[in-house]
Amino acid sequence: MADIQQLKDIVTQVRRDIVRQVHAVNSGHPGGSLGCAEFIVTLYNEIMDHNPDFSMDGVNEDLFFLSNGHISPVYYSVLARAGYFPVEELNTFRKLNTRLQGHPTTHEGLPGIRIASGSLGQGMSVAIGAALAKKLNNDDKTVFSLHGDGELQEGQIWEAAMYASANHVDNLIATIDVNGQQIDGSTDAVLSLGDLKNKFEAFGWEVLTIEKGNDIEAVVNGVREAISLSRKRKPICILLHTEMGNGVDFMMGSHKWHGVAPNDEQLESALAQNPETLGDY
Amino acid sequence: MKVYENTGNKDTRSGFGAGLTELGNINENVVALCADLTGSLKMNEFANQHPDRFYQVGIAEANMMGIAAGLTIGGKIPFTGTFANFSTGRVYDQIRQSIAYSDKNVKICASHSGLTLGEDGATHQILEDIGLMKMLPGMTVINTCDYNQTKAATIAIADHHGPVYLRFGRPKVANFTPENGSFEIGKAVHLQDGKDVTIVATGHLVWEALEAAKELNEKGISAEVINIHTIKPLDEKAILDSVKKTGCIVTAEEHNYLGGLGESVARTLAQHHPTPQEFVATQDTFGESGTPAQLLEKYGLNAANIAAKAQQVIKRK
Repeated sequence: MADIQQLKDIVTQVRRDIVRQVHAVNSGHPGGSLGCAEFIVTLYNEIMDHNPDFSMDGVNEDLFFLSNGHISPVYYSVLARAGYFPVEELNTFRKLNTRLQGHPTTHEGLPGIRIASGSLGQGMSVAIGAALAKKLNNDDKTVFSLHGDGELQEGQIWEAAMYASANHVDNLIATIDVNGQQIDGSTDAVLSLGDLKNKFEAFGWEVLTIEKGNDIEAVVNGVREAISLSRKRKPICILLHTEMGNGVDFMMGSHKWHGVAPNDEQLESALAQNPETLGDY
Repeated sequence: MKVYENTGNKDTRSGFGAGLTELGNINENVVALCADLTGSLKMNEFANQHPDRFYQVGIAEANMMGIAAGLTIGGKIPFTGTFANFSTGRVYDQIRQSIAYSDKNVKICASHSGLTLGEDGATHQILEDIGLMKMLPGMTVINTCDYNQTKAATIAIADHHGPVYLRFGRPKVANFTPENGSFEIGKAVHLQDGKDVTIVATGHLVWEALEAAKELNEKGISAEVINIHTIKPLDEKAILDSVKKTGCIVTAEEHNYLGGLGESVARTLAQHHPTPQEFVATQDTFGESGTPAQLLEKYGLNAANIAAKAQQVIKRK
């Protein structure tokens, strides 16, 4: 168990890793990555029972599936910092012959990744399958997944949501990164998602909301509460309210940094706002 | 000439059902998923015998493919079942990302392929599925010819690690391969020796190819017949060895000539041994309603047309 300050230190370092990865190749998705730093750091450093000596089947381990694969920079940083692969490998992000492809994949054998993602809307189905396999294996660990809010516009998500409640997939905790932004603008402007709490509840899910998704204590408490609600014949949905670009002032709250890299000057400013804690790669 | 006996018409989908039931009893990691077509896919027996390992996902094929991919994480061997159209075109991206690119051990089992689905018409008769699936890196593509071979293939693919597309059909057709015969992925089955022309066929057209060889024999033409049940990986050696002897080839399949077996054979020949080839396949069209026999006749997917194409291609030698 890490204490809150330790988790905060990891988050700060992860934020540095995110902007440095994206800056180095002038490519990648910093906005959503920064917004989800607290959540993914919390899962891997506080919540999940997992083994960096990676095995694909992950039997008797908690599993995490990133459905919105474009936020790979935060995922890679957290995995590396948790010991899945050397942090120096973050230097290879999106470069030719890398295991750190633009979007996460199993294809190059990067430890920690169990499914390719990036084409949106598929991760909840995969997480359900993994949760069903755990039930067949009498494995009482939990399956976590993360989805973008814009991703909910994909129909497959709702096929999966319907299946999970009808079949009592109650060892699944699916989190929605509610940052209200997508590439073309706000989710309200592009295709309004309506009332997500009501939608998931109408689909038979237990829904809880973390209002401060960039407050590490709120995230830890919220995920713990979600686990306490699991295994009661309902799948669990966390509506995690985050701010896109959180931790870098000029990126915060805007969709403009969805898939844009900072220039040299902007990188310097972003790093100054997130002083080194665990050592840069 | 070797004579093949039809031991009684049976549907290939029932061969799948029988194979799946048997697998359920011998391999506890085998699980099955179906998108509201349990009866059509003949999956009822597996579902009855192994309710804990059978997942009814409803009319939601994309979700089915994703769940199947997830079930492999934890060591399961999922067999998905729906019509060929809904097994491929409808869910191409789910198969591409979550199964093929992710190298998941999912067996995509597709019934009602081709024109012989019959009266439902072109919305349900996919003639592009072999092409879609063979284009995916790492995907094995199998199209079986009769009940016995479909059953054997169903059992065999459980022992192959990696994604597999297994294509079969709806109507009752001649059952002529050995009962409980062996099935080797990627290994062509040599059915008939001949010296004038090679006929390679897949799926329902294998029996038609044998019938064509009989017709040709009566005209004094000696046809070699090869059953290509595995379109990818293709048994190139079997094809090349045969055409080096006969000097020409006819390919026969219940599929569009673009993207199917014929095209894979043509590519092999162009690279290694250019040879005159004729195609028995649909000519870049959709299907339509009709009985299976009427449709095979109208689109020229039968013994008579295979024999006609054989005579044409011999003239091009």
